Amino acid sequence: METSHTLAALTSQLLVGLSRAMILFIVSSGLSFILGVLRVPNVAHGSLYMIGAFAAHTIATAFDGSVAAFWLAMFCAPLIVAVISLVAERLLFCHLYEREHLMLLLFTFALMLILGDLTKMTWGADYRSIVAPPFLQGSIPVLGTAFPRYNLFLLLVGPLVAVGLWLLSSKTKFGKIARAAAVDREMVGAIGINVSWVFAFAFVLGCLLAGLGGALVSPTISITLGMDHSIIIEAFLIVTIGGLGNIWGAMVGSLIFGITQSVGVMVLPQFAIVFPYLAVVIILTLKPTGLLKSVW
Amino acid sequence: MIKNILRTPSFLWTAAVLLVLLLVPFFAGRFYVYILAVVFVTGLLAMSLNLLVGHGGAYQFHHCVFYGVGAYTAGLILAKTSLPAWVGLCAGPLAAALTGLVIGAFCVRLNKLYFGMLQISLGSLIWIVALRWYDLTNGDDGIHGIPMPELLSGSVNAYYFLLIVVSACLALMYLILKSPFGATLRAVRDNPQRCEAVGIDVRRHQLLAIVIGTFFAGVAGVLFVVLEGSVFPDMLFWVLSLEIFIMCLLGGWFTFFGPMLGAAIMVALRTFVGSYTDYWTLILGVVLILLIFFLPEGIMGVNFRSWQRRRERRRSADAVR
Repeated sequence: METSHTLAALTSQLLVGLSRAMILFIVSSGLSFILGVLRVPNVAHGSLYMIGAFAAHTIATAFDGSVAAFWLAMFCAPLIVAVISLVAERLLFCHLYEREHLMLLLFTFALMLILGDLTKMTWGADYRSIVAPPFLQGSIPVLGTAFPRYNLFLLLVGPLVAVGLWLLSSKTKFGKIARAAAVDREMVGAIGINVSWVFAFAFVLGCLLAGLGGALVSPTISITLGMDHSIIIEAFLIVTIGGLGNIWGAMVGSLIFGITQSVGVMVLPQFAIVFPYLAVVIILTLKPTGLLKSVW
Repeated sequence: MIKNILRTPSFLWTAAVLLVLLLVPFFAGRFYVYILAVVFVTGLLAMSLNLLVGHGGAYQFHHCVFYGVGAYTAGLILAKTSLPAWVGLCAGPLAAALTGLVIGAFCVRLNKLYFGMLQISLGSLIWIVALRWYDLTNGDDGIHGIPMPELLSGSVNAYYFLLIVVSACLALMYLILKSPFGATLRAVRDNPQRCEAVGIDVRRHQLLAIVIGTFFAGVAGVLFVVLEGSVFPDMLFWVLSLEIFIMCLLGGWFTFFGPMLGAAIMVALRTFVGSYTDYWTLILGVVLILLIFFLPEGIMGVNFRSWQRRRERRRSADAVR
């Protein structure tokens, strides 16, 4: 009886960790994609994630929380984030690509400061939450534990995004151009491709994923200011241990992050959040360039 | 040689500024004395970063960790042990330099962005431990009311202590940057491959620079404890690291006093604009974007350039005569 109980608890923690990993993957894969193509650590990524969550809340509650409104929120919130990032990219960021990386990093930091305050202006400092539609509420029994349906939904979406992103970057013409532009942008420009727009598209796609992560996470947490700060550091670490710019690396890193944290909750609840960081340090001391091959 | 240094205009300017700063507590209110002291601490922190980034070319992305380590070490020794105060004050910078040595040893194996990302990871581990180890660090709340020895308590005493220590550190930094080591460091920044080829151990020089830079960051952390009597985990948070970058950018990367000026502007912005509006980070972001677009070399950088041009023109005019 006792062992089956622990097993059930372990399974449930593991599943929670896995679904958390899916959110982390969606956000960090966007970061990784931008890193791979533009070679810029996008510090504003966390802010875009936060905006995604707030926008999803606004849309989902606008129609009395109907099911259609929920799906509309999941669809439109990332698009809103994409539009914001497109404006920032075309208006400002695209003029800086020739500059040093440090300047690009500082530009994204400026973007983070501005977006953070604009979010505060628009939505205020209140805590908010969304309710998932009825068929995603409640839980189903999995291996002797009750597993929330919404988390199961996340476990489906995560791999879908991964496969979609992989297909885009390795099987389509755009993906091939983007990877070529990352290696040698002058050469790609010389054969008649508008590199600036390739970079814009890559940046917007990465930011869209941040917004999608924010929208998807919104029913599971309370949406508040400050959620940008915690996610961005986690996404940075995930991308680093996975190998900069590698989509599957982001997946591996997210799984490590999510699982170590959920197992840590069982071992030492107070220090649960330390475990992923410890795992990161161990991995980086053994393999400083990340687990999977970096694209550069 | 020393006579020559003493006669240069920049030395005279420095001496004049120092004299004014010595006299400030006699005519300025307590609030302004305090603000100046904050500028000293922040400025020293920014200059220690500039030593690494502007002169050393290292991607030191998470510099404030060392500031925090220095502050926490001093704060914990002063608040939780009965050791004499000077032990705590000296242990802070040493602990910071030791942390710098350990983290730096991992980082210098990598280059550029990977260096920075690895440092963010390792630094975040220290931050999360400081945040979560409630029994030792009080977690989120930090430690407040750290007892200070008689000599350093009171805002004017603290001001003079800070002024003396910061001036000494800046003099030391200036000598380091003027030394052959400083020249090698700039050479490594500009062309690591060539340095490697002429037989310079690039990694060892970078590591030594990191140890020196983190030591000064630790000094800044200790001075923060002396000034505020408290430490908190936000001192280790990566957002602060980026803010220090802004200060360096604001003042000018390759100049010596630039980051100090940048820190002064930043502190002034936060204090005076921050008291008018809740949205001062929005203003900071806009200022940062304007800087990146129009003044990428910072305020001092631009001044320095035009001053140099003027001097060259004068020199060539002399030559004609």
